[in-house]
Amino acid sequence: MLAIVNYNAGNLTSVKRALDYLEIPNRITAKKDEMLGSDGVIIPGVGAAGSAMQYLAANGLDEALGECAKKEKPLLGICLGSQIVLDYSPENDTLALGLIPGRCRAFDPDLKDERGELINIPHMGWNRVRLRGPCPLFKDIDPEAEFYFVHTYYPQPEPEYILGETDYGTTFCSVLGREGLWAMQFHPEKSGRPGLRILKNFHSYCRGELNA
Amino acid sequence: MLSKRIIPCLDVRDGRLTKGIKFKDNVDIGDPVETARKYYENGADEIVFYDITASSEGRSIMLQVVEEVASRIFIPFSVGGGVASVADMRDVLRAGAEKISVNSAAVKEPRIISRGADAFGSQCIVVGMDVLRVPQSAEIPSGYEIVIHGGRKKTGLDALAWAQKVQDLGAGEICLNSIDADGTKDGYELNLTRLISDNVRIPVIASGGAGSPEHMVDAVTAGRASAALIASIVHYGEYTLPEIKRIMRDKDVPVRMVW
Repeated sequence: MLAIVNYNAGNLTSVKRALDYLEIPNRITAKKDEMLGSDGVIIPGVGAAGSAMQYLAANGLDEALGECAKKEKPLLGICLGSQIVLDYSPENDTLALGLIPGRCRAFDPDLKDERGELINIPHMGWNRVRLRGPCPLFKDIDPEAEFYFVHTYYPQPEPEYILGETDYGTTFCSVLGREGLWAMQFHPEKSGRPGLRILKNFHSYCRGELNA
Repeated sequence: MLSKRIIPCLDVRDGRLTKGIKFKDNVDIGDPVETARKYYENGADEIVFYDITASSEGRSIMLQVVEEVASRIFIPFSVGGGVASVADMRDVLRAGAEKISVNSAAVKEPRIISRGADAFGSQCIVVGMDVLRVPQSAEIPSGYEIVIHGGRKKTGLDALAWAQKVQDLGAGEICLNSIDADGTKDGYELNLTRLISDNVRIPVIASGGAGSPEHMVDAVTAGRASAALIASIVHYGEYTLPEIKRIMRDKDVPVRMVW
């Protein structure tokens, strides 16, 4: 059973639909004991960092997630969930969960793409991920696979937590964390088969069926 | 590098596709869910559903279609047609769509764009623009006018000014349909596409006129669009999505080749 943290974020149900399709047992929950009792926890997210953290804190979920991380419960942050696992977001000047050292920042609107044209913001669409090393979540995924992004801010963790990078006007961190605590800026639940594979790999890892 | 998106558009009425769609295996499918699934499996980067249902009964059927699509395809999709309020937008997003497209409703009441963007985020709000070429004038300096009701009614709005206005109101994307090019299969209206793409910072989807993969290449290179909308070219099996993408890739257009 995977727990999907319910904190009023926009894409709870799309993550649930993808897990249902994969026949992975899952539950949307805001209860600490259900999170701790699960095989792994997914922190989804679409929306703004400020209101997300307010909701998490008001419902004791910040503490619950901290405890999950301390007890080495596997965690997966998605999109906004990959930003709020850091210490700080300039979006609404938000102190975040602090599970991974670092902060996030906004795309500079003066950045230009490979053709010398100003980038569109948000970064929206399909892009690649260059892994820095082997990552169990990307097991059996073609290195040419692309993933669906839609975001204005991006994670900037301490360098040792950068697991994968993506180019868009600049090179930014799109996969971060450490073994058992991963986060990704793109939406695996909207990235076709390669994205579904990541969710499946995460579930296998949670069940102890995937070795790092 | 961000890939250029290829987006099939499906017209739906009362929960069924309005045009018979033939795939290469020659199966005629009128079911929008099955068709969307097929395009998903063939490498569509996104899918647009355009609901041309007029009745409220038809609208609730559409919401069921959206829910079924959302449980079976795992790429973004948008729903347009008949979305006239923030409540309509909420219904469509809750049913599982990523984006909502507004067209005539935004012309009549532009604040629907800002209200939608405030409630759900700009990334959810696509503004559809139907554009007609007209003589340049003081009122329409770009020579492109916004029309509504399928091109039958002129609005007096300049397309370039309107594009910039919808961006300021919080639209996340523009779907730019040339009424002149639509149905011709002679290619997208590249001057229009370039004009709008160069003057807004949000992505522009070129629409209307696709007759070959080369036209799509033109739309995203000379036209500087972020994406190309296609319909009959794939619906009638003239080209498959993998064929289109291979041709685009061979012309050095970044497209998603692994799905």
